[in-house]
Amino acid sequence: MALAFPFSAIVGQDEMKLAILAAAVDPRIGGVLVFGDRGTGKSTAVRALAALLPPMRALVGCRYACDPADRAPRCDDCAMLKAAARPKTHLVPVPVVDMPLGATEDRVVGALDLERALTQGVKAFEPGLLARAHRGFLYIDEVNLLEDHLVDLLIDVAASGENVVEREGLSVRHPARFVLVGSGNPEEGELRPQLLDRFGLAVEVRTPTDLAQRVLVVRRRDAFERDPEAFCAEWHDEDERVRKRLVAARKHLDQVQVADAALEQAARLCMALGTDGLRGELTLMRAARALAALDGDRAVTDAHLKRAARPALRHRLRRDPLDDTDAGVRVERALQEVFAP
Amino acid sequence: MSEAPPADPAWADAVWAATLLAVDPQGLGGIVLRAGAGPVRDRWTKLLHGLLPAATPWRRMPAHIADERLLGGLDLAATLQAGKPVAQRGLLAECDGGLLLLPMAERIGADTAARLARALDDGEVGTERDGIAQRWPARVAVVAYDEGRDDDPPLPVALSDRLAFHADLSAVGLGACGDADHDAVAVLAARARLPSVTLDESYAQALCATALRMGVASLRASLLTLRVARAAAALHGRREVTEDDARLAARLVLAPRATTLPPPPEAPPEEPPPPPESESPPPPAEEQQVQELEERLVEAAQAALPAQLLAALLNGEVARSGGRVGALSASPRSGRPVGSRAGLPRGGARLNLIDTLRAAAPWQRLRAAEAPAGPQRIHVRGSDLRIARLQQRAATATLFVIDASGSSALHRMAEAKGAVNLLLAECYVRRDQVGVIAFRGKGAQLLLPPTRSLVRAKRSLAELPGGGGTPLASGLQAALATALQVRRSGAVPVVVLLTDGRANVSLDGAPGRAQAEADALQLAKQLRAARLGALVVDTSPQPSPSARALAQAMGAPYRALPHAGAAELSAAVRALPRQAA
Repeated sequence: MALAFPFSAIVGQDEMKLAILAAAVDPRIGGVLVFGDRGTGKSTAVRALAALLPPMRALVGCRYACDPADRAPRCDDCAMLKAAARPKTHLVPVPVVDMPLGATEDRVVGALDLERALTQGVKAFEPGLLARAHRGFLYIDEVNLLEDHLVDLLIDVAASGENVVEREGLSVRHPARFVLVGSGNPEEGELRPQLLDRFGLAVEVRTPTDLAQRVLVVRRRDAFERDPEAFCAEWHDEDERVRKRLVAARKHLDQVQVADAALEQAARLCMALGTDGLRGELTLMRAARALAALDGDRAVTDAHLKRAARPALRHRLRRDPLDDTDAGVRVERALQEVFAP
Repeated sequence: MSEAPPADPAWADAVWAATLLAVDPQGLGGIVLRAGAGPVRDRWTKLLHGLLPAATPWRRMPAHIADERLLGGLDLAATLQAGKPVAQRGLLAECDGGLLLLPMAERIGADTAARLARALDDGEVGTERDGIAQRWPARVAVVAYDEGRDDDPPLPVALSDRLAFHADLSAVGLGACGDADHDAVAVLAARARLPSVTLDESYAQALCATALRMGVASLRASLLTLRVARAAAALHGRREVTEDDARLAARLVLAPRATTLPPPPEAPPEEPPPPPESESPPPPAEEQQVQELEERLVEAAQAALPAQLLAALLNGEVARSGGRVGALSASPRSGRPVGSRAGLPRGGARLNLIDTLRAAAPWQRLRAAEAPAGPQRIHVRGSDLRIARLQQRAATATLFVIDASGSSALHRMAEAKGAVNLLLAECYVRRDQVGVIAFRGKGAQLLLPPTRSLVRAKRSLAELPGGGGTPLASGLQAALATALQVRRSGAVPVVVLLTDGRANVSLDGAPGRAQAEADALQLAKQLRAARLGALVVDTSPQPSPSARALAQAMGAPYRALPHAGAAELSAAVRALPRQAA
């Protein structure tokens, strides 16, 4: 696999980087959708994330890389392994599965193992992309070009955390808890509201118009392409810092306090914006907590809420036919109202 | 550069593009060549082929290629013969290290463009299809022949953005075609030199600044200018990029992408000999040099702007920027096939027999062993069934909303009728629909529901009443309702409003100018929120501010056509960029 562009070398796009990190700190946030202009490093950032993630512990021999710390076995593999004496564990990289365009359904959900069916005449289940993404990330580039039937399928699995396959008299269910990360360009078609709602955070990226920043982007990209090894080595320390921050944040996430006052502010904000349902509030809270953890803070403050509000709520606003103001601006306006001194 | 051959400048630039592409095909991505099939294009293609080292892969890709052929997949014949899964490389993998030719590139869909874009970015192609999961290297460069006419949609930006060169040979005659200044040997030498070519910081800055001033937003374009400059330096046997190389890059990459004319430099022009010891601290020498360099690059790029693009930019419009004509929509029942997917043939979906048998084929041995002995020859299960995926270009439905009030009603209606007839006569080819709503007196009336029938249109428009008040809001309300209905039926609605904008009947039918105008503006905003394509045609003798305000509220372009003739009107409608549903 080719070297990925270092995460910390991405110029600007702070909201996108922060949202991706927050989603990595707390998978319960429910993933990130990155929408915006072409050539702004959407895919670059997601692929760079893979290089940042610390490895995770998994059971040796489990095809779904289940967590050994789980008490109850989640899949058939684990059940078998745990029944045996002292299962072995090993460290594996966190999967960041790139869903290729044109993937067929059988490869996404898993199907009969063709090789074994042909060579041995045996029915065996071959896990698909969803199984590979368990405990990690599933990245869909050009998410708005994805076919409807695959979108439905993904929504279903992402919601239940479990993939059920019924095929050829084969009945398999296995865990598939993953963070959905999508990117796309709104010019190529809008996303269905059901899928939009599935993403915890949504960020919009714009091409920078500031000359100095543009020069920096082009120079770094150019340097990376001319000598990827040297470039990555140069940014290694910086990336290492981000990784440490991520690891520390994950560790401290549970200790971050959310005061009642903060909860009230979040509720007030959602009310001011008229977001549908509780999902917005919940996501806002989780995102704010993840940001606090990333900052090394022990409690969620107004500052965290403010930063989390735009990505957490932007895509949940009820569309007002008489107001076509940019969603981000509307959130900003509500923030000023709610947090007015 | 070299001595100029007696060639057309467009041809000369296309030859430069071919030569530089031969030097660094993967780095530069490729070229969009606007040219119909013909001897000039053949000549250019031959020239490019001659510049490439022998044995460089060279493949043509049909615009409607299926995924398994493009990306690779299961080789069924080999799989059945070998008794184990055999993967088959797709066109992209076969073309690794070479050039992929796309005739009729303007016809490829956003999905195919996205697949090509991914291969261009990654230099490899991955497939997850039919039990095959594999990656192959696919370092390709794309030669996209854009054969579109003026009103055709341009090729998907996801692809063209990644191809360094955009050349236009559509106006070049065969007589003006010279030869290349370089040959394959020079190209090979340049390839060897390329990795060591250095580029000074100042050139990178000046090229980025030039891109910004020409309104080229994409950062990829800026990155491509650096690579083009390097390839040019390598071709000229240099170890570092010089100004000539940077100018060439600005001309070839930035000029065709320009969206604005570069504003003059911010600082007032200085006298030719700058005051040697001025009071104010002069900008650091380096910075000034970069600025001067930037001026020269902008000049070089500007000089290469094609005449019609220049004219369009001067008019403040961007040529051929429009959306796609008729968004693509998936439909289970009609359209052209774009592959198949697993599913049951229900609700009008068609079974794809071949793909179903293909899906069943690998499992026959397994199933035969399980099945109770019987005369069954082929074992097909529900999970094998494949239904055809079809895609059709959504029709456009143009809704004329006509102000039939007041004295000018008759004239307006007559011209609108003419325009409807013209559009219908022509849209038979495009399978578009036209509808007419008129408003006068106390309300609006749907005179002609969206139709494709010329006969029907003529009949229902034969007698049009006119006169009375102007219930503009009611007209817009009817337009919105009809447009949304049209959209639900799968077509893309476009609203064309003919009015002078002087509303005097409010939504509830009461007279009164203030309320009437407020109502109209409110509904105009609703039309905008519904993201309808629209056009406001001002038919009053003098352009009226109220019609302009209305257009602004609708987010629609505004045209003042005081004596709107049928031909003018239909031309204005045809020029509208169609919005995706």
